[in-house]
Amino acid sequence: MKEKWSALMEKEGAKTVVASLLSILIGLLMGCIIVLIVGLTNPALGAGSVWDGIRLVLGGILSTGRDAVGKLTFGFNPTNVGNMLFRATPLILTGLSVAVAFKTGLFNIGAPGQYLMGTAATLIVALSIPTASVPAPIVWLLAFLAGILAGAAWGAIPGMVKALLNINEVLACIMTNWIAANLVTWVFADSIWCNMEENGKTGYIYKTAHNGVETAKWGLDAVFPGSQVNWGIIIAIVLAVVVYVFITKTTIGYELVSCGSNRHAARYAGINDKRNIVLSMAIAGGLSGAAASLYYLSGNTEFFWSTYQSLPAVGFNGIPVALLAASNPVAIIFTGCFMSMLNISGQQLTNLTGYNEYITDVIIAAIVYLSAFSLVIKMLLTGRKKRKTAASGLDSRPAQDGRTEKGGEGA
Amino acid sequence: MTFLIRQTLIYAVPLMIVALAGVFAERSGIINLALEGIMIFGAFIGVVFVNMIQEAGVFDGAKADSNWAALQGFAMLAMLAAAASGALFSLLLSFASVNLRADQTIGGTALNLMAPALVLFFIRIIANQNVLNMAGGDAPSWFMLRKSYFGYGRTDSMGFFGEAFINQTYPATYVCILLFIVLSVILYQTRFGLRLRSCGENPQAADSLGINVYKMRYAGTTISGALAGMGGFVYALTTANCSANGDVAGFGFLALAVMIFGNWKPLNIAGAALLFGLFKCIAASYTSIDINGDGIFMLKELGISSHLYRMLPYVITLVVLAFTSKKSHAPKAEGIPYDKGQR
Repeated sequence: MKEKWSALMEKEGAKTVVASLLSILIGLLMGCIIVLIVGLTNPALGAGSVWDGIRLVLGGILSTGRDAVGKLTFGFNPTNVGNMLFRATPLILTGLSVAVAFKTGLFNIGAPGQYLMGTAATLIVALSIPTASVPAPIVWLLAFLAGILAGAAWGAIPGMVKALLNINEVLACIMTNWIAANLVTWVFADSIWCNMEENGKTGYIYKTAHNGVETAKWGLDAVFPGSQVNWGIIIAIVLAVVVYVFITKTTIGYELVSCGSNRHAARYAGINDKRNIVLSMAIAGGLSGAAASLYYLSGNTEFFWSTYQSLPAVGFNGIPVALLAASNPVAIIFTGCFMSMLNISGQQLTNLTGYNEYITDVIIAAIVYLSAFSLVIKMLLTGRKKRKTAASGLDSRPAQDGRTEKGGEGA
Repeated sequence: MTFLIRQTLIYAVPLMIVALAGVFAERSGIINLALEGIMIFGAFIGVVFVNMIQEAGVFDGAKADSNWAALQGFAMLAMLAAAASGALFSLLLSFASVNLRADQTIGGTALNLMAPALVLFFIRIIANQNVLNMAGGDAPSWFMLRKSYFGYGRTDSMGFFGEAFINQTYPATYVCILLFIVLSVILYQTRFGLRLRSCGENPQAADSLGINVYKMRYAGTTISGALAGMGGFVYALTTANCSANGDVAGFGFLALAVMIFGNWKPLNIAGAALLFGLFKCIAASYTSIDINGDGIFMLKELGISSHLYRMLPYVITLVVLAFTSKKSHAPKAEGIPYDKGQR
């Protein structure tokens, strides 16, 4: 059994999983510690709230509210699970977006901008084509495609400047993010799409349900009553599998990954590296655009259009989703659900205790921070293994080996 | 015109000082993408500091006597607190990228996510809302210079110079400009500055000459953090009425753009910051700017959306990047973790 375990730990994939789990564990622990410190030092919250807070941070998804005497109750809560799946939909897709770029050796920090462009295109198409003359499902499809295309076009810009002018894609992405934020605000400011009917909602665009365009629920509302879940999550999962097949089983996917492994070697092997960089960023952008489309086409989500001062968090949260999954498209389905589960926990925390949802953002940030050096964690795992073999006298010079390996990884 | 100068300075100076923060980190070889996050954190700590001192009533007497020198001292203390917190916060980045040789872009992104989350979590607990204001009064009445402090009456004019640079300004702005000059000189005219820059260009060579690359990179990032934290507080003080809400409206990223536009050189950065500050100022108040004093709001007559002015800095930066990428003076070793074994 022990040998089996250590043989498993030898595998690169297993190490990645352990490193990700460690990151999650430390992140959650950090969240709990903050709750503990704040609870103990803030008299308004009191020590009694600490236990409630910690339980909700760890298991908010299972929370079913408070009972008559005010104690927290836990159990299967279909509304929470449904909402988790709904919120996971855009996270999975932005995670895929970041992952595809990672595979080609690019850091797509431009997901928020691509997401915004996708949002704008989707909403404009979904609200402008009258459903009286065009069937709603066709409008839905057109809006979805418009979102993908807008995101892809926006993603292709940093891709092109990277490929043709060799400009760092991170800087180009940051610029395009803020250009998108201003552009979208500009397009929607004083436009016909602003919601003028409901009082006090001047900052919002109409929900797509206003035009009768909604993602179908087809039975999911019966399984998860009271939640927002719809078939968008199924589409997201299918897309994740499609991306997996595309990356691992097709020629173009192989070319993308080889550009990521070593751009110069790929070019030497006759792969058009420039085209592949643009393509990769366009696909990444399209996935971010799809994330926005599926989120806003649900029919009951509103878009706050005056967005020029801030970027959507969903775009940035695609980064931890991709990092935790080590850019594996199928694993992203699960890490996306995990992130949205944290999101739900935070919501429960705000509703049921004196703490608030931002603690889960702290946890997510801690996880990103830790995944920045997941390589080191992996190295530590390898190092411990080496020390163990050294102790049993199998290898006389393990420390030396460990160091040379470190040097290699640093390159 | 005086209004335009005053407002432009208010926007330009935080940009300038935070862009210099970026320069210090990048010249030592660390990409500091976390400028935005550090600004947010510094702004929060600065406002908390102001709040606490106000609650303690230390400067109430000075406020009652309109003792502006003492009040400015208070502002300087808050700036120091913000700088210290920024430096501390940036240690997270330097630890990850120097000691653990982590990916600096991801580490910086983590700090950018961390700062607003932490800050909002605490603001919500302290203030029960999403914004933390001063404990009493407002920023202009506490920290702004006024004509009356210098014996001028309500209707007296201080002359062009006085109106543009003294009346209704925050001295914090001038402290930042002074600091900007001093630090630029340090970066280019001292031994320390030369060593720091060498670590960003060729750390292997620097190490072979006995310079401790790790220490230099820590120094660069820490100075960077202190400046960004201070810049964050100055931004909150001058444009957000000394309040913190876990947001600096993308100023950290704009500062990054300023740094690139300024080609990593202090003098160019000062120019770029003024240009971008002017755009910000026009975007914020173009409907009421009367440039030549003839009573016609020319920019309003042009009818260009304020969003165009907000967008321009980013578009210009992207275009400039596109045209100058061949002769860009970005530090050669930025973003590459230094590994002694690689020499």
